[in-house]
Amino acid sequence: MADLAMQNATAAMTQPLGQTLAAGPRGRKPKKRLSRANIIVYGTLFVMAMYYALPLYVMIVTSLKGMPEIRMGNIFAPPLEITFQPWVKAWQEACTGINCDGLSRGFWNSVRILIPSVILSVAIASVNGYALSMWKFKGSEVFFTILMIGAFIPYQVMLYPIVILLREAGLYGSLTGLVLVHVAFGMPINTLLFRNYFSSIPEELFKAARVDGAGFWAIFFKIILPMSLPICVVALIIQVTGIWNDFLFGVTYISSPDRYPMTVQLNNIVNSVQGVKEYNVNMAATLLTGLVPLVIYFASGKLFVRGIAAGAVKG
Amino acid sequence: MLPLIFTAMVIFLGGTLWTVVYSFTKSGLLPRLTWDGLAQYERLWSSRKWIVSIENLAIYGVFSLIGTLVIGFTLAALLDRKIRGEAVFRSIFLYPFALSFIVTGLVWQWILNPELGLQSVMRDLGWQSFTFDPLNNPEIVMFGLLIAGLWQGTGLIMCIMLAGLRGIDEDIWKAARVDGIGTVKTYIRIIIPMMRPVFVTSLVLIAAGIVKLYDLVVAQTSGGPGISSEVPAKYVMTAMFGGQNLGQGFAASTMMLVMVVIILIPWAYLEFGDKKHG
Amino acid sequence: MKLSIKLLSATAICAGTTAGAVDLEVMHWWTSGGEAAAVSKLAEAWDGTGNKWVDGAIAGGGDTARPIMVSRIIGGDPPAAFQFNHGRQAEELIEAGLLLDLTDVAEAEGWKDLVNPPSLLDACTIDGKIYCAPVNIHSWQWMWLSNAAYEKAGVQVPTNWEEFTGSAQALRDADIVPLAVGGQSWQEKGAFDVMALALAGKDAWLAVNQDKSTDAVMGPEFTRVFEEFGAARELAKGLNVQDWNQATAAVINGTAGAQIMGDWAQGEFAIAGQVAGTDYSCLPGLGEVALLDTGGDAFYFPVNDDPEITAAQKELAALMLSPDVQVSFNSAKGSLPVRGDVNLTTVNDCTQKGLDLLAEGALAPALTTLLSPDTVTQLNDLVTEFWSMPAMTAADLQLQFADIIGAAD
Repeated sequence: MADLAMQNATAAMTQPLGQTLAAGPRGRKPKKRLSRANIIVYGTLFVMAMYYALPLYVMIVTSLKGMPEIRMGNIFAPPLEITFQPWVKAWQEACTGINCDGLSRGFWNSVRILIPSVILSVAIASVNGYALSMWKFKGSEVFFTILMIGAFIPYQVMLYPIVILLREAGLYGSLTGLVLVHVAFGMPINTLLFRNYFSSIPEELFKAARVDGAGFWAIFFKIILPMSLPICVVALIIQVTGIWNDFLFGVTYISSPDRYPMTVQLNNIVNSVQGVKEYNVNMAATLLTGLVPLVIYFASGKLFVRGIAAGAVKG
Repeated sequence: MLPLIFTAMVIFLGGTLWTVVYSFTKSGLLPRLTWDGLAQYERLWSSRKWIVSIENLAIYGVFSLIGTLVIGFTLAALLDRKIRGEAVFRSIFLYPFALSFIVTGLVWQWILNPELGLQSVMRDLGWQSFTFDPLNNPEIVMFGLLIAGLWQGTGLIMCIMLAGLRGIDEDIWKAARVDGIGTVKTYIRIIIPMMRPVFVTSLVLIAAGIVKLYDLVVAQTSGGPGISSEVPAKYVMTAMFGGQNLGQGFAASTMMLVMVVIILIPWAYLEFGDKKHG
Repeated sequence: MKLSIKLLSATAICAGTTAGAVDLEVMHWWTSGGEAAAVSKLAEAWDGTGNKWVDGAIAGGGDTARPIMVSRIIGGDPPAAFQFNHGRQAEELIEAGLLLDLTDVAEAEGWKDLVNPPSLLDACTIDGKIYCAPVNIHSWQWMWLSNAAYEKAGVQVPTNWEEFTGSAQALRDADIVPLAVGGQSWQEKGAFDVMALALAGKDAWLAVNQDKSTDAVMGPEFTRVFEEFGAARELAKGLNVQDWNQATAAVINGTAGAQIMGDWAQGEFAIAGQVAGTDYSCLPGLGEVALLDTGGDAFYFPVNDDPEITAAQKELAALMLSPDVQVSFNSAKGSLPVRGDVNLTTVNDCTQKGLDLLAEGALAPALTTLLSPDTVTQLNDLVTEFWSMPAMTAADLQLQFADIIGAAD
């Protein structure tokens, strides 16, 4: 029933597409085939959404159950008795050591780490990518190759050398040091992201601007940046997710427990080895921690759409 | 700006050199310059766990690369068909990327568990012979990991592809229609070749994720059953922090780096050979 | 505005120091319910002395917490105290002169006479100097059995390993998995070590793990261990879980007969509302050779330039072993105290068995004090490979085990 309604709705929505297709030379593409195409589109999306949502469903259901019910072991069953206690506990009561104020404890610390790190790394990566794709400079290829290799290094291996570097620079234990590390580790993949995106921008545009006498920054801000909203969103998504979920750097390079990010609390709630495991609180804590990136994903959707308009400008 | 780029260079170059140097030492819990020659490398290559790790990485790598690209592109293409509820779908596909793997790995462990998960549900529904137990079968455990790996990683690739698709001119679609080229054909013949840079970005992103594959394995199988789902990054971490043998961990990570360089350098030449904006 | 805040905080610090109060940051990996309660006992006691406990909890056990602790030390900004397991993990830090010598505290407090078993203090001692404060004893040597499962199968709850293997078929007939083992290497290796001590006896066990004798690995006592371990592999078939507490849950539910796991498993039984003796039974040393291994946790104190902090570190070390703190901490944690002259507040049947063994001196050193982490990792890999590969025989395992022991440092 619902499917049928959806189908009609989408058939109506794709009307313009139908018209253009009908105007094609072979002209035998009536509505029927279109709606079949729509069934395929929506069908595939729904099936895939099931695959993506199934673990989320299990997590949500589990987070609403009491421990005795979880121990019975039916992971797909909806809770017999819904309890929000695990969520409350995860947010403000769960103990990690002597501090029993749950995830809320590190929330603002995480925000303080997130904002400068994300802004800096996206800004730098976009300029890097722009410089690398439009303005070949001396050593740019070596620079880029080193960056690429950097993308492949498991960051745990770099733990101790970075400690030594930060110590020598007098930044060990400070927020500045941590932000620097995040910016550095975000640089390879995001630079590549921007560079490759920019390299598909028509050259003529760039050349014309130069003929008009526009400089490095003028071209960047007036021409390149407005066209690159969708890719900025992608970089934002990568950085927000990575930095928000980072545990190891945050806990290693910030040397006072008062300033630990929220992921330290998350780790402490979900990762105890010999202690009793409360799966419902674990699930609630994980879902809660994932909310901030999720909000960014939703909010950034608008920019994705605007990207189309911006893309049309260049044609 | 420049100082920051300089910092990144120092971190990557300095850190890498430092790691390589210490891979020739007997460093245990602490990094120490007690030379050990090639002993760490000899031990590494005589370890069955390391060999298994590399084989597993190859299997996982090939399937993950293909799977992520295909699924990521397909989803992006479907979302780009001007559908309803795009934001909802996009967020559902992307949400797994936002969640810490310590717990989502556990959830996949449950779902793939024969007594708790899919198998028992199918049997309860009456399909008695249904058998699905990837995590406890050494032969196919890497595919069990793949199911969760694709679940977590494809959302981001979808986003990158979507951004790429949004950067493609509407006129190209119109032209294709005028020429009577079907939708699927347009994607394969026209759109995908135009998106080469986006594919390269995705490729690097996926490949880097594959090389660094670690959390997923720890959360889902911790290398088991036995050592059948061990991967190189886990070998490194176990040696460094579990076995307190930094030298061994650094030797393993140096080998990983060498392999990456072997693959990356020719590719870099290819990329730079293509001087589109020279 | 800013200046005044700075001044204010500066005076606050001065006021603090004149009163002799010192903030000490303590890192540990105790975060779950009972563990957190236990830490808060330590913190309360410390705060009660007018000082302040700054809590640095990082869960995930040593593998997660250790690199962070080491980073802090390398970075030159170490915590005032941190938790390690007793044993060889901290050797290098001591050799590098990074840890505080506690010998004078130990002498003033008379640790040599108080700490029971004395092997705990030995594990803290290098070149005659004491570098750590042991706080509790955890033992691996337990088998937990589900009374309900045996009732369902219509057989008596076993009292030793032989009865256990003998009754396994009855459990199978009742659709119960005899032995629950989680699929992580440390659990399989842990079960192996318990079986080794219980079935081969202390002498052979020490010959292997302490003297690193390959002959002992190949000897008749250990041959039996390898064979029984091969049999255990069969008994564990049919339950596929990863986490140790999921295996414990199977024993609690009665879908599995027994689990070999350390005494921390009691916490799961307690939370599920089960009572020792009536709902579940426990066999130290598998009912064969009842010995406790004396593993557990200890605190180490990084060297600090500030004499005031150094004095406070020593004060904290002394406090951790004081009678009141030992009782409150270990009662909350479910572990055994490190001094023989105190009584725990709440003791169930199983804990009492452990205390009795401790009082009798039926003890063995913890494996972590005998083998280096590197060797343990290699053995874990080997044992877990055996466990999951039916094609690998007990004899194969024995040979490769001997190789690793022979090469151990």
